[in-house]
Amino acid sequence: MALNRTDVERIAHLARLEVGEQELAAYAETLSRILGLIEQMNAIDTDGIAPMAHPLDAGLRLRADEVTERDQRERFQAIAPSAQAGLYLVPKVIE
Amino acid sequence: MDWETVIGLEVHVQLLTNSKLFSGSSTRFGAEPNTQACAVDIALPGVLPVMNRDAARMAVKFGLAVGATINRRSIFARKNYFYPDLPKGYQISQYELPVVQLGRLAIEVDGVHKEIGITRAHLEEDAGKSLHEDFRGLTGIDLNRAGTPLLEIVSEPDLRSAREAVAYLKKLHVLVRYLGICDGNMQEGSFRCDANVSVRPRGQHAFGTRAEIKNVNSFRFVEKAIDYEVGRQIELIEGGGKVVQETRQYDSVRNETRSMRSKEEAHDYRYFPDPDLLPLQLDPGFIEETATDMPELPDAKRERFTREYGLTVYDAEVLTGSRDMADYYEDAVRAVPGQPKLTANWVIGEFSGYLNRDNVEVSGAPVTSDMLAGLVQRIADSTISGKIAKEIFEAMWDGEGDADAVIDKRGLRQITDKSAIEQVIDEVLTRNPKQLEQYRAGQDKLFGFFVGQVMKATQGKANPAQVNDALRKKLDGNRT
Repeated sequence: MALNRTDVERIAHLARLEVGEQELAAYAETLSRILGLIEQMNAIDTDGIAPMAHPLDAGLRLRADEVTERDQRERFQAIAPSAQAGLYLVPKVIE
Repeated sequence: MDWETVIGLEVHVQLLTNSKLFSGSSTRFGAEPNTQACAVDIALPGVLPVMNRDAARMAVKFGLAVGATINRRSIFARKNYFYPDLPKGYQISQYELPVVQLGRLAIEVDGVHKEIGITRAHLEEDAGKSLHEDFRGLTGIDLNRAGTPLLEIVSEPDLRSAREAVAYLKKLHVLVRYLGICDGNMQEGSFRCDANVSVRPRGQHAFGTRAEIKNVNSFRFVEKAIDYEVGRQIELIEGGGKVVQETRQYDSVRNETRSMRSKEEAHDYRYFPDPDLLPLQLDPGFIEETATDMPELPDAKRERFTREYGLTVYDAEVLTGSRDMADYYEDAVRAVPGQPKLTANWVIGEFSGYLNRDNVEVSGAPVTSDMLAGLVQRIADSTISGKIAKEIFEAMWDGEGDADAVIDKRGLRQITDKSAIEQVIDEVLTRNPKQLEQYRAGQDKLFGFFVGQVMKATQGKANPAQVNDALRKKLDGNRT
């Protein structure tokens, strides 16, 4: 499966990446090669093999439901670009 | 044309844990902005999620309650989208392998029983909140809610009307509170609903194109929003148009749904397994332990109430509407054996009425189950009449002590002494010679007048049955 320039533009937009006009063709080609590898794997017969979600053969460790964090808002907001009345401020989001 | 409505619901249930799904921050509602948002919640580089055991337990509890399959192994995935109240750029959710699959919930509408399929229930984290007002054109972000555990419960498209949808929601609402996994507070957003609505010509097998109505926060609005949306779709199709698959927002002021175009483009969430989280593996011991910890469920309790206490289905339904209410009733019944029906009347009547009036919870009611039982006892043994009991209930509610204390203090003991009642009757008859004459002349309905006068003369304390008897004897005995 080969990706074209429009596909690359769309993927870049979804990932909020800026890709220059002159880079589109190169990305289309290299990304298509990755898909080629996936296609190769897709062709393998995996009947009876459980899908792997994680390379480690282990389960999630669970923690007790306890509040262990304390308020560090001052420290976090000291490095935020903008904060006011305890809130982080960001450019207006229009819904 | 005859149209059929098809509805599927997605309900987000906020789980009642103390801490977040993947961090040790508090989930308490109403804290100062961002004081409960730790490094994990605000997605500082280098942090890792560690999962809350009780969130898993609550999901299992729900699965068991709806007869679902509990997946011994489930997978967390990243749902990717960009929004400022989602600092990681993805929400940790479950996609291909959720913790709960294939359950069902029985509903009843107009006496018709129906089973609604539950496709799945999966664990995920909530996002923060955006505040669009008051910041000189900027948006304020509060991340206290970010990372709060949610159970998203997805129904099959089995619902065929807005009323069925509401019946299902109410059933689910009662259930999650019984299980103690959610406080059910819709105003605070602990129980939120999205509705997928479509219509199709009756008899057609294929589904029509659906619209998703987002975040409706009351049962009444869910019903109105669906009804509006169904009407809109039918009108659109009959006018030659086509329903577009989109997200719509319900405006309760105008009672209409509106397209939220801006979200359309962002619908490619690019799910993939979260490499930070290993599979959630639940060993049989964990599931068994949770199973033994299950409370009696609403349907079973309702059935038992009708059987054990001889209550009507309606009364049993009202009393089992919440676990607190059911427990209160049963505690009272135990304290005054032999009076399940009278007790039910008082819990459903006065007690519920006062709870609503003062907007208090069962647990905060000034009249405890023991106090109510004491009152019922005094009605049952004829110390007081039902009417006086209402006065006593009010006094108990206002903190004047238990029923006996109020009866003594206010001198409300019912008059059951035969000669005392007869004496009052004689006085009433003497004082009303004109009415007495009319009654004797055949105006039977004046009997009620005399009863009223006797009750008035005794400030309602005379035993009504005895008054009737004695009066009947006195009047009719003299007539012949």
